[in-house]
Amino acid sequence: MIVAEPKELAEVLEMVAPYDEILVVGCNTCMADCSAGGQKEVERLAKDLVAEREDLIVEKTTIPRQCSIKFIERLQDKVRGFKAVLSMGCGNGVQMLARQFPDIHVLPALNTRFIGAKDENGVWNETCMACGNCILWRTGGICPVTRCAKGLLNGPCGGSKDGKCEISKDVPCVWQEIYYSLNRLNLVHYLKDEAPKSGTRIHPRRVVKKDSRLQLLV
Amino acid sequence: MKSGSNLEKVLSSGQFALTAEAGPPKGTSAAAVKRKGDILKTCCDALNVTDNQTAIVRMSSISGCVLLKGMDVEPIMQMVVRDRNRIAIQSDILGAVALGIRNILCLSGDHQSFGNHPSAKGVYDIDSIQFIQLVKTMRDEHKFLNGEDISGDVPLYIGAAANPFADPFEFRVRRLAKKIKAGADFIQTQGIFDMDKFSRWMTIVCDEGLDQKVHILGGIIPIKSVGMARYMAKNVAGISVPDELVKRMQGAKDAKEEGVKIALETIEQLKEVDGVHGVHIMAIAWEDIVPRIAEEAGLMPRPIL
Repeated sequence: MIVAEPKELAEVLEMVAPYDEILVVGCNTCMADCSAGGQKEVERLAKDLVAEREDLIVEKTTIPRQCSIKFIERLQDKVRGFKAVLSMGCGNGVQMLARQFPDIHVLPALNTRFIGAKDENGVWNETCMACGNCILWRTGGICPVTRCAKGLLNGPCGGSKDGKCEISKDVPCVWQEIYYSLNRLNLVHYLKDEAPKSGTRIHPRRVVKKDSRLQLLV
Repeated sequence: MKSGSNLEKVLSSGQFALTAEAGPPKGTSAAAVKRKGDILKTCCDALNVTDNQTAIVRMSSISGCVLLKGMDVEPIMQMVVRDRNRIAIQSDILGAVALGIRNILCLSGDHQSFGNHPSAKGVYDIDSIQFIQLVKTMRDEHKFLNGEDISGDVPLYIGAAANPFADPFEFRVRRLAKKIKAGADFIQTQGIFDMDKFSRWMTIVCDEGLDQKVHILGGIIPIKSVGMARYMAKNVAGISVPDELVKRMQGAKDAKEEGVKIALETIEQLKEVDGVHGVHIMAIAWEDIVPRIAEEAGLMPRPIL
């Protein structure tokens, strides 16, 4: 899932300062899973905003996903009359709302952090940086590009100690985990092969599927 | 000859090599580099110039190398992939060769979070093994990473680091093999305090015939004080300092003398380890001790080839 964190209330208040009325829009999939912008968090933020600004009129709604145009279209009637909308979606959700409603100022209530997983209560870790060149089959299902501090493709480096990374005792050495995983799978010889090449990281990225484009043209 | 460097000549002639290290200053003083050059000039075959070690901003390695070269000290240019993408790496290599540098040590580099600009963007466009491969391709095939031709020769003797003390131990020799396959000509190891572990590592290295393919220089870090020993045991990434050694430093009447003794004992032991072709002395902020260690270890005078 996409993992995000709520912005400080002070920053949200600064964003909404020019407006008397605001619509808070939640996003009930990833943002609910990471306790950042689901229905529950929408309620809480609305309450906090009114507590700080009694004059502010706050309306609330939550859609299943702000990354889908079919759900965003359902907001057509809700947003009418608002000069600003506070999105509790990820960065993509905010941008999709802004594109759909070009005359409304769409404000981000969250800081989008990464693609990741919930590993324990209240703790999420980054697992994939969408590099576009997946090598997980040869790294035992653990991504070094994302989870090694140096993004090494040929680790572990000399800083691996007792299963921990040199940067902090709280950070596992993911190359050590990869080594154990491949050992378990009897695939440790993968680590002896040629050094894999780094993928390209040119922004902005784009995916084009010829089949789907043809359908659109019809 | 791959590079014609003095270090290459010494190692290929089968002599026990000695390299040392000179960290450039946190400032603009050429004299600071030259002072270290003066101290170390006659007692080593080549001198590593560090590249913003521990991620603290210092004078660039390449300029330190040029300053040393100007006083007839052969430099080994350290270069890390932490701060450079593949364009900058290749460009700096061309420049270094043009300036007469003939040895390069390819490193990934201490993570930027250790340094004095911890929020710096870490580049790591390629890793140390891909880096070694890149230099070898530039030297042997006269090609850039993208396959385009390089005009002129790239005579560089390629070095890499190895840490026998990091985990997982059983993978360490494999990683060395990978560096050799990528093109490493010589290896400088992490500082050795745990001789047992180092010997076990070297046994596997020799069993796999890797000592025939690369020159391994054992790392020596002279310890100045018990505080330094403790600090390294706790805080320095990738170094293993056994408790007995800390105790020995603690019990010593003259800590510096004890540190020299330990360094000399380690060198003596390394001379006997199969596959070790030299030592690399990293006397951090204690450069003036290196000539004495070299002398008392019986490694003087250095060969002139």
